Amino acid sequence: MSKVRLLVGTRKGAFVLTADGKRDKWDVSGPYFGGWEIYHMKGSPVDPNRLYASQSTSWFGQLIQRSNDGGQTWEPMDNKFIYDGVPGTHQWYDGTPHPWEFKRVWHLEPSLTDANTVYAGIEDAALFRSTDGAKSWQEMPGLRAHGSGPRWQPGAGGLCLHTIILDPSDPKRIFIAVSAAGAFRTDDGGQTWLPINQGLRSAQIPEPTAEVGHCVHHVAMHPAQPQRLFMQKHWDVMRSDNAGDSWQEVSGNLPTDFGFAIDVHAHEPETIYVVPIKSDSEHYPLEGKLRVYRSRTGGNEWEALTKGLPQRDCYVNVYRDAMAVDSLDSCGIYFGTTGGQVYASADAGDNWTPIVRDLPAVLSVEVQTLA
Amino acid sequence: MIRVVLPAHLRTLAQVSGEVTLAVEGPVTQKSVLDALESRYPVLSGTIRDHATQKRRPFVRFFACEEDLSHDSPDAPLPAAVASGAEPLLIVGAIAGGQL
Repeated sequence: MSKVRLLVGTRKGAFVLTADGKRDKWDVSGPYFGGWEIYHMKGSPVDPNRLYASQSTSWFGQLIQRSNDGGQTWEPMDNKFIYDGVPGTHQWYDGTPHPWEFKRVWHLEPSLTDANTVYAGIEDAALFRSTDGAKSWQEMPGLRAHGSGPRWQPGAGGLCLHTIILDPSDPKRIFIAVSAAGAFRTDDGGQTWLPINQGLRSAQIPEPTAEVGHCVHHVAMHPAQPQRLFMQKHWDVMRSDNAGDSWQEVSGNLPTDFGFAIDVHAHEPETIYVVPIKSDSEHYPLEGKLRVYRSRTGGNEWEALTKGLPQRDCYVNVYRDAMAVDSLDSCGIYFGTTGGQVYASADAGDNWTPIVRDLPAVLSVEVQTLA
Repeated sequence: MIRVVLPAHLRTLAQVSGEVTLAVEGPVTQKSVLDALESRYPVLSGTIRDHATQKRRPFVRFFACEEDLSHDSPDAPLPAAVASGAEPLLIVGAIAGGQL
């Protein structure tokens, strides 16, 4: 019987939540790496027992952990993220040049074809890759070598490369997103990169339609439709049908189009999910009601999903990497909150149940669908 | 032998309990002790001093003989009592560290 495994990264450790295909009874293990921030964990599509985790604190810096047994045991791997060549500068918050400095790993994206290859998105924004199972890391310098690098400026959370999407139809195509530089695409395996921000409009920046400078919060893609991308920008939910060459706003009837998380149904490439957040200073839902919004039309027309979610006095946030979908026949949707809840829906969002209520603040949620 | 006391998280990471004892050749300095520590426990590389700059991480402090040595030069000799093994070098996570 199929089962699912949730990899939950929190402010104070990692947790692994497992259930069978019914997804109504859950085993919770952890905390692993108690006291450390786990920005992200993800499993290899090639070998689901191969997991990678990003572990850090402001005291002791960055570690990378690897598991070969589905999270039961872990081994620290290489934690040296050294920029290629002379790092140069990006813009600081006040617009002055600031040297590129490694701070942490935000996102780990295992290869679709090789369990020993994994990509890391880091702060200050750069893309690294390991081809030996995280025993060593090398920067893919083509991204920062893009001429716009010195103009990149950090968002409120830092200058972070938080989104990495590998195109299953083209091994040389990768999408990434940086707060607050925008989205980029490579079509040659990382040698060169193209900013893909045409159509984005950010009123908060000096040139609202600039080539770079947009605070992209997250991007999602359905693997069967790799040309179609969905984006939760700082404000605005966006859609591209040409691999990011141009974007159209699809916020439609959302009550607010600020937010962080966005994801796509496993079997319906036009069904997408967001969690609207009141504003960029009030990082909680409108009216104290935690609502996931679903569009079955690829945007513009949205419905609120509320069954099982708190509809009063709820003031949590859902971070950009804290939503995931499984690939069981009845698609499961999961998200974690800054209040430590992890909610699950085994019916594509119609009904929700908390798996756990009292974890540390949840930074990331990934799910594995296991045979 | 040089005695080093690690903070709890780093003891867990290095899979040690209690003090660590290290043989240090040549002058006993912060740098030579940390070099020996990282050589014995490679997993600690980057956790006490930055990989790229080799500078002490901001929220890590060094104490010995009731003195804060955090701002001393990495190449300055450590107190004689540390060099002789009479006193440990304390590596401490600052109370100020951590966001939440």
